[in-house]
Amino acid sequence: MKFDRVLQYSQAYNFYQWAFRRHGPEPGVVFLTQRRVYILPTRPGLIFGVAIILMLIGSINYNLSLGYVLTFLLAGLGVVSILHTFRNLVHLYIGGGRAASVFAGDTAQFQIVLENRDRLTRHSLELACGPARARCDVPSQRHQTVELGVKAERRGWLPLPRVTIDTRFPLGLTRAWSYVQPDMRALVYPRPDTAPLPVPEADSETGDAVSTGVGTDDFAGLRPYQSNDSPRHVAWKASARSEMLLTKFFSGRASSEMWFDWQRLPQAMGVEARLSRLARWVLLAEERGLRFGLRLPGTSVPPGEGLPHRDRCLRELALYHG
Amino acid sequence: MAEPRSPTLPPLPLAVLVAAATLAVASHVQWLAVWVSVAAAALLAWRILTLVRGVALPPRWMLLLLTIATVAGVFVSYRTVLGRDPGVTLLVMLLFLKLLETRAARDVFVVAFLVYFVALANFFYSQSIPIAGLMLLTVTVATTALVGFSAPGRPLADDLKTAGRMLIQAGPVMLLLFFLFPRVQGPLWGLPQDAYTGVAGLSDTMTPGSISSLSLSDAIAFRVKFEDAAPPRNQLYWRGPVLTDFDGRTWRVSLPQLRRAMSVDAFGAPIDYEVTLEPHNRNWMFALEMPTRLPASARLTSEYLPISFTPIRSRIRYEMRSAPQFQARSGGEPGDLVAALRLPAAFNPRARALAAEWRASFPDQPAIVRRAIEFFRSSRFEYTLEPPLLGRDSVDEFLFDTKQGFCEHFASSFVFLMRAAGVPARVVTGYQGGDANPVDGYMVVRQADAHAWSEVWLPASGWTRVDPTAAAVPIRVELGITAAAPAGAPLLMRGGMQWLRRARYEWDALTNQWNQWVLGYNPDRQLEVLSRFGMKQPSWETMTLTLFWSVGGVLLLVALWLLRGARRQDAVQRAWLRFCNKLARKGLARPRTEGPLDYSARVSRRLPESEGAVRAIANLYVEQRYGRAVDADSLARLKTLVREFAP
Repeated sequence: MKFDRVLQYSQAYNFYQWAFRRHGPEPGVVFLTQRRVYILPTRPGLIFGVAIILMLIGSINYNLSLGYVLTFLLAGLGVVSILHTFRNLVHLYIGGGRAASVFAGDTAQFQIVLENRDRLTRHSLELACGPARARCDVPSQRHQTVELGVKAERRGWLPLPRVTIDTRFPLGLTRAWSYVQPDMRALVYPRPDTAPLPVPEADSETGDAVSTGVGTDDFAGLRPYQSNDSPRHVAWKASARSEMLLTKFFSGRASSEMWFDWQRLPQAMGVEARLSRLARWVLLAEERGLRFGLRLPGTSVPPGEGLPHRDRCLRELALYHG
Repeated sequence: MAEPRSPTLPPLPLAVLVAAATLAVASHVQWLAVWVSVAAAALLAWRILTLVRGVALPPRWMLLLLTIATVAGVFVSYRTVLGRDPGVTLLVMLLFLKLLETRAARDVFVVAFLVYFVALANFFYSQSIPIAGLMLLTVTVATTALVGFSAPGRPLADDLKTAGRMLIQAGPVMLLLFFLFPRVQGPLWGLPQDAYTGVAGLSDTMTPGSISSLSLSDAIAFRVKFEDAAPPRNQLYWRGPVLTDFDGRTWRVSLPQLRRAMSVDAFGAPIDYEVTLEPHNRNWMFALEMPTRLPASARLTSEYLPISFTPIRSRIRYEMRSAPQFQARSGGEPGDLVAALRLPAAFNPRARALAAEWRASFPDQPAIVRRAIEFFRSSRFEYTLEPPLLGRDSVDEFLFDTKQGFCEHFASSFVFLMRAAGVPARVVTGYQGGDANPVDGYMVVRQADAHAWSEVWLPASGWTRVDPTAAAVPIRVELGITAAAPAGAPLLMRGGMQWLRRARYEWDALTNQWNQWVLGYNPDRQLEVLSRFGMKQPSWETMTLTLFWSVGGVLLLVALWLLRGARRQDAVQRAWLRFCNKLARKGLARPRTEGPLDYSARVSRRLPESEGAVRAIANLYVEQRYGRAVDADSLARLKTLVREFAP
């Protein structure tokens, strides 16, 4: 009696999972068990079934023994292809790879790693996530990484939506599919606007005056690379265009600091506009090799320079709640 | 669901598909009208040029025009678009037109299914072993093309291997379905009128030349398996349609009558045998003279001809018993005898005169018959497959002028002479002889063995066989058609080439097995086979149930074969993954780049209370994954630890 009840519940649970599979992202590596792989005939598969019935009727009507043989061979082929399609998907290991940060409005590329530990190659697996599509084969005992692009609309964390992975190999008569949602998220930075860097104000703490020597503040031009130039100041884009290595040189105050402060932005700007403006400044400042700090309501990033510092600032902007 | 995935189809599978279509149609060429073959070849050439040279595919309106032209052409050729031959023609043309319209994945499936249909249509015309082999090849190639489309970019050999593997796995399912699927005797509804045209065989009329034309065909009329030894060749008279009505040129059968009291007085040992009759679209069933016991499906006409109620349109098997020595006294009612004496006036005056002379000089009918046989024996007739053309008085011209003829000339003239002399007589057509195959013991009777002889009514012995051909050309009956007319006989039936003869026997035996077991597998044979496997009087329900379970079993085996080793191989990995997933739920997921030992160190720092278990699990995993061979103990320990692990 009790056992029956348990069985009943477990069946109901299975059905629930099957029908309304809504149990969010799965951490770690997902193993596609037999229960998770669904299979149905495609439209050509249904037509194939109708064709077989027609051929059977024809064979009966005309007493064609070989007609029976052909019909039954094709019927067997159709049934066997169900197993092959199922086999092509089941027992696959699926995990999340990297998901690089992007700016809002761009497309976040989620890497998904498919691993095939069987001796048989998986052919023509198709991954779909919204409008994004990717197709790959996974040879025996190999990993295969595919990227799915998801449009990043808003700043903040962008989780990977549910991914449908399906296959129609080998005949296209049946389609096996499964849903996976690796626990992955990409950080979406605020979209930078197009404002220029602010004119640096004299800082009361250091009291630096404007100097005309070579400094790190204002971009003054390009000159040929010399062996002791910092690689940070190499103008990579311009070098690529001109066939020789060029170095940016700057004039202005040596090693002065800038602060990008939420509070000093015009009062009329909204939250997102402010974040966009600050993101723009962070990018420009990092590009010019400036030392800068960021002040937001409730938090601040002390001055620093370099890519890790830039990313830290952008992260604060992306996750700003206020 | 079936949207085209790519705007252009991969060229290699497309070429394979074109090859499959070509194979499917190849053997149709011998049955299709010439214009259809030419048009199909042109469309095929266009498609190949598109593949090889990049010639543009025809625009839609042109395909539409071509389709309309095809339907019109079929209508002009056949006066209808319904029926078997027009249907097959349309199917073939449709296949090639569709091949010129393959732009998306959907079209590919349509073409592949049309290939399957055209392959099936081959069996309307021939179900021989070579055709079966060709169609198996066609299906393999078409399936290879489908595999190629679903996984583009692979080498052709891989696609072929996949398709071959699937077909081999489908084989057992096919066999089970073939033997167990409850068979229904067709047709399910009325067949088109042209469904059975083109079957060779004797007809219900005989004019000079009708049997000699059959003699050029080595098609098989029927096969015979004798219970005991086969009777000597000169007794092998296979009785067919009996022709009584004569209009001066053509002999015709009279309306068949069934009478209750048909009897044969048999002498000597009876002969039991089984006949496998090829379809000939007529009612009559052939039996050795004279049949004494008929199969349940047959009736005997007043002319001692066994007939079935429906025309024989598929190969049938039946058992017969005949008596080689007999007296056939039935069928001699006054009406029958009057019909057997009727002659059209004003034909063949010289033959009439000869008959009148015999009538005057011999007192009784047996003496007249003996005189006539003597006449045929002594008149130096020549037996030839190409006799000269005869005019209005054909009997006169044959008997007294040309003296060259085939069995129908001899039989026809003899019966004419008998009737003119007042002896009731009629023409019997059928087959004489047969060729015993030493390989499997079956006797094969071919269309070339077609023969015509005579029967006279003698009050003392009833209907009595007289074969004027045997009197004039004894070698025909003693040694067969090949000895009597060697130049005209079909190539394979000629003597002399021993190896060829041997090969033919082997091939015949194989074909016979094919016919008996594959083509002749009808509802009766199915019951016979199933009862041999212990199913007593199986109903269609038990057959379906057996079918269901056995096919299910086969599929289970295939599935196990496909998924073999997938689980067992990974027990260690599975335990490790379970461990990682447990931690991942606690927010400690393992990035792909982190090794198991680093991971365990990191986890231990975060969860100091489970450090022991974490390190033990990681060590066991590393040991089994990268260290020495797996032993059952450490695997069991790893599994236990993981199961009990609760971070």
